[in-house]
Amino acid sequence: MPVKCTRCCVKVAVLKRPKTSDALCKECFFWAFETEVHETITRAKLFKPGEYVAIAASGGKDSTVLAYIMKLLNERYNYGLKLVLLSVDEGITGYRDDSLETVKRNQQQYELPLKILSYEELYGWTMDAIVRQIGLKSNCTFCGVFRRQALDRGAVLLEVNKIVTGHNADDIAETVLMNILRGDIARLQRCTLITTGTEGAIPRSKPFKYTYEKEIVMYAYFKKLDYFSTECIYSPNAYRGHARAYLKDLESVRPSAILDIIHSGECMSVKDGIKLPTQGLCTRCGYISSQEVCKACVMLEGLNKGLPKLGIGKSSKVKRRVESLCKDASKEEESC
Amino acid sequence: MEITPGIESMANNAAPYVGMSTTVSFNGKSGNISSGGAELLFNNKKKFDVMLPSSDKPWTIKNLLKWIKDNLLEERPELFIQKDSVRPGILVLVNDADWELLGALEYEVQPNDRIMFISTLHGG
Ligand SMILES: [Zn+2]
Ligand SMILES: [Zn+2]
Repeated sequence: MPVKCTRCCVKVAVLKRPKTSDALCKECFFWAFETEVHETITRAKLFKPGEYVAIAASGGKDSTVLAYIMKLLNERYNYGLKLVLLSVDEGITGYRDDSLETVKRNQQQYELPLKILSYEELYGWTMDAIVRQIGLKSNCTFCGVFRRQALDRGAVLLEVNKIVTGHNADDIAETVLMNILRGDIARLQRCTLITTGTEGAIPRSKPFKYTYEKEIVMYAYFKKLDYFSTECIYSPNAYRGHARAYLKDLESVRPSAILDIIHSGECMSVKDGIKLPTQGLCTRCGYISSQEVCKACVMLEGLNKGLPKLGIGKSSKVKRRVESLCKDASKEEESC
Repeated sequence: MEITPGIESMANNAAPYVGMSTTVSFNGKSGNISSGGAELLFNNKKKFDVMLPSSDKPWTIKNLLKWIKDNLLEERPELFIQKDSVRPGILVLVNDADWELLGALEYEVQPNDRIMFISTLHGG
């Protein structure tokens, strides 16, 4: 027997909301989904009228739905924002090619301008070239570190005021778990913030902070949005994979687990007197970093000097290598 | 409802649940369909029109999953099925509706149902 929508009581329900257990029809689900994102945006005061906002676009489900929803809410509620899609081309053969095609179609479908930046432009190295240099093992580290900064660099280039990313509630809960498992207290403090990088860097916000992945996928499916789905063809981070599986197991027993974990992350505070690494700016490239030299710069240095393992091992090892490299570098400068 | 080979076996009561045709698809999306997701486990086939054989048990989704595992899955079944259900993170739609509204594993598949699996377990 089809179940009736608990909101309008007329149409047939198509989805059970994980947050509330409400059974909703398509139209009521769209409305609930869109309104909640709007409320998240207004409550956290994410934007001011007239701002220029870059939507980090990968062609995947989250960023595709984000682009669609940002455009829709901007028009429906007169945010007064100028929007642009910002994509990063890592240069992974067969991976980005297809997802970038998706972003290009999104650009047309949503009538938003698009800027694609290549790793080659930003760093002088494509991922394929990095893989040739270091093998398949650790390139997700490169992928992640470079991608993070690529957005910042792209945002500076475009002179936007803000960046929005498609991170959803599941992603954030997973990151809370990861930071607990790694004992990374500094990141644990930051990862639940809806906006990061307010000092010195271009602010980054997550309008989907409270949005469940299931609803994003269902929204994309029912709206027939055009997105690209594949795992990164380079080795995924196994540890993170376990955290994800654990989270999904919890969710299947109790759907509120995802919001509960985010809430726990928000509530945990660090005792006074505990020293946390302070976030400053990288002395080489000027982008945000908790070290004197950021991880991207260390990795680039490694690649350029033919020591590609640099920056992906244990942090103490990295530090030692950086110190010796810095000495080398200063020696080189002196000799010039 | 389509007449299927299962029908004659009803006569001798050996299999009270007749066979039927059903569409099973993976990561169904309209418009441009790109590769990736759950269909990777099924030799890259996105859609199967299957004829379920008659059975002495009802064709619940639970039994259907077992059948899929035995008949359609090509490799690494644990990426699709875990503990008699789908792996957490894979969404199931029956005729475009969330299976959780229909009894999930206990839902009895009807002739010409469209069952769809969408994996959420990939990058955004
Ligand atoms: Zn309704
Ligand atoms: Zn740097």
